[in-house]
Amino acid sequence: MFIPFIYKLRQHGVPVGTQEAIALARAMVMGLHDSSLDGFYYTARALLVHNEGHLDAFDQAFLSEYRGIEGKHVQLKQELMDWLKDAKLRFEELSAEEKALVESLDLEELKRLFEERMNEQKERHDRGNKWVGTAGTSKFGRAGQANEGVRVGGAGGNRSAVQVADARKYRPYRSDLTLDVRQMEMALRRLRMFNREGADEELDLEATIDATAKNVGELEVVTQPQSRPNTRVILMMDVGGSMDPYVEMMSRLFSATKKATHWKELRTYYFHNCIYGRVYKTERFDDPVWVQDLMHECGGHYKLIVVGDALMAPYELMRQGGALSLNDNNALPGIAWLLMMQQHWKSSVWLNTEPPAYWEGNTIAAVRQVFEMFPLTLEGLTQSMQYLNRGKQHTRK
Amino acid sequence: MESLTRFKGTPSYLTNEALETAVDCALALQKPLLVRGEPGTGKTLLAEAVTEALGTELITWHVKSTTRAQEGLYTYDTVQRLYDSRFGDGDVKNIRHYIKLGPLGRAFAAEKRVVLLIDEVDKADIEFPNDLLHELDRMRFRIVETNDEVVAKQRPVVIITSNAEKELPDAFLRRCVFHFIDFPEKDLMQRIVEVHHPKLDASLVEQAMDAFYKIRNMQRLRKRPSTSELVDWIHMLKTMGVKDVKLDKNLPFLGTLLKKEQDLVAYADQLSGGARWRS
Repeated sequence: MFIPFIYKLRQHGVPVGTQEAIALARAMVMGLHDSSLDGFYYTARALLVHNEGHLDAFDQAFLSEYRGIEGKHVQLKQELMDWLKDAKLRFEELSAEEKALVESLDLEELKRLFEERMNEQKERHDRGNKWVGTAGTSKFGRAGQANEGVRVGGAGGNRSAVQVADARKYRPYRSDLTLDVRQMEMALRRLRMFNREGADEELDLEATIDATAKNVGELEVVTQPQSRPNTRVILMMDVGGSMDPYVEMMSRLFSATKKATHWKELRTYYFHNCIYGRVYKTERFDDPVWVQDLMHECGGHYKLIVVGDALMAPYELMRQGGALSLNDNNALPGIAWLLMMQQHWKSSVWLNTEPPAYWEGNTIAAVRQVFEMFPLTLEGLTQSMQYLNRGKQHTRK
Repeated sequence: MESLTRFKGTPSYLTNEALETAVDCALALQKPLLVRGEPGTGKTLLAEAVTEALGTELITWHVKSTTRAQEGLYTYDTVQRLYDSRFGDGDVKNIRHYIKLGPLGRAFAAEKRVVLLIDEVDKADIEFPNDLLHELDRMRFRIVETNDEVVAKQRPVVIITSNAEKELPDAFLRRCVFHFIDFPEKDLMQRIVEVHHPKLDASLVEQAMDAFYKIRNMQRLRKRPSTSELVDWIHMLKTMGVKDVKLDKNLPFLGTLLKKEQDLVAYADQLSGGARWRS
């Protein structure tokens, strides 16, 4: 019965599978959910969500799947309404006070209050039925009291599952939104490789046995260096112009990469809009570095990360001499430089600050032909690091 | 179903329904419980509370940046054995003599069901959790040197804590029951403070909580004060006999709440900020 919910979760991007479904089924067989929707909410959340980044999506999926259930006291409501109508028909039998009450009650209003109270009810449904039931079978004056009950029900206590879900307080933890420095660091950490280097700290068992044997049994302990990270990264960032709105994000990415201690080497360069022969060591575009020199210095084993929106006028990318700045007297069009870089640094990615929805029908599409492109979100960053880790040599036109 | 023990917190550890359900799920399904949340929201204390509620023993494994998964199972002191053989000390023939069980190994070997706390799993290398997958799943491992198999007599209750900041591998996450400890809302916080400092002047608590939440909501704080800071702070206020607290430059023992220099600067900035904006 919760199987559709599992699929709903998948639609909302919460990675759940058979394993989780079976775990949830087991929990329900054991009665962990107390046969209540609230209990189910917490049980399902504990078992199906593995990451606070997915809590919000879970809440949303839960809402769309189960919101109706809480409101579906149709039959009950009908009974109450019938009874109320009945009371109106027998109007004459009522006392003056009661008449005033009936008159003060608007049926629509009552319906609304009723729904509201059903939502606010803090206990399980079966008890809730009793609650409303009491109101139904009692004297008419109780309608007023039930009204009061709405207020009582609303005060304090635990909120119902749908309400908890509805509050969506985990929205700030969503991982497909953009990121802070720490999160970026964590994502960047995925990019690394090891080799043995540095001081000898680890016992090399094989070599020790060898050496000891050669030493006619006299113990000779041989140690070896621990394995250490061996990743070299070149980071190129687009600054100025259309990138201005992303300054904050770029500076966060920059400080995250600077803090990344697990890389052997990190080089950072800047460019504007597109790369034509030169990149710059500073944001103010002094200290130019020829891309060809860079290629010479940094072999193909460097990982290249380009960050930018890849949005420019088509001629800036495609035409000779299309560069905006007069300093860049480019004999080759920008796209040729990009292609050359991609050919040289086999594992490279382009992180785009623009959301993927805008990646069609402009220069982004052209740049995507050259570089593997990922959005600059936590997910995108993580994926791009995984991509770089694979170090796959991809051949593209 | 009857034999299910329901976790309800302990007198000194208050919980909410979400946390209780998560603990119940972990106990019933015998899966590790992964607890995440801001520093100072009582992740580590949860393990102690569960231990207390189950009336058993707690084995703690503090993970450090250099910790390797293997150390949790057992370590084989090769160098000691080599030296012993060289100098003729100790019982060199018995290899078991040089094998020491790690926290995980001890938890498996224990006669009764214990609680194993793997604290701050995110501190270790990112591959660390993956290396433990099989052992946590099967609750058994083999000591290669002796070919002995260590099998859990009673599956220990495994509680793993992690700071919110780092991604753990998916394969690892899938095997865990997950709970994210929210920052407590005001009324729960009030009860937490009461548990730690009963018989404290209500108006002081009120003022302190008020100041605390205001500080917490300030902008640009690197490390926002959390439950443990509040409890410590109120403890300081109590011991030093402070009677009332006002949110100003001379807030007593501000250092217990804000521990970074930048945060103190940000605090001073925002206190005077209003005045500066107006002028």
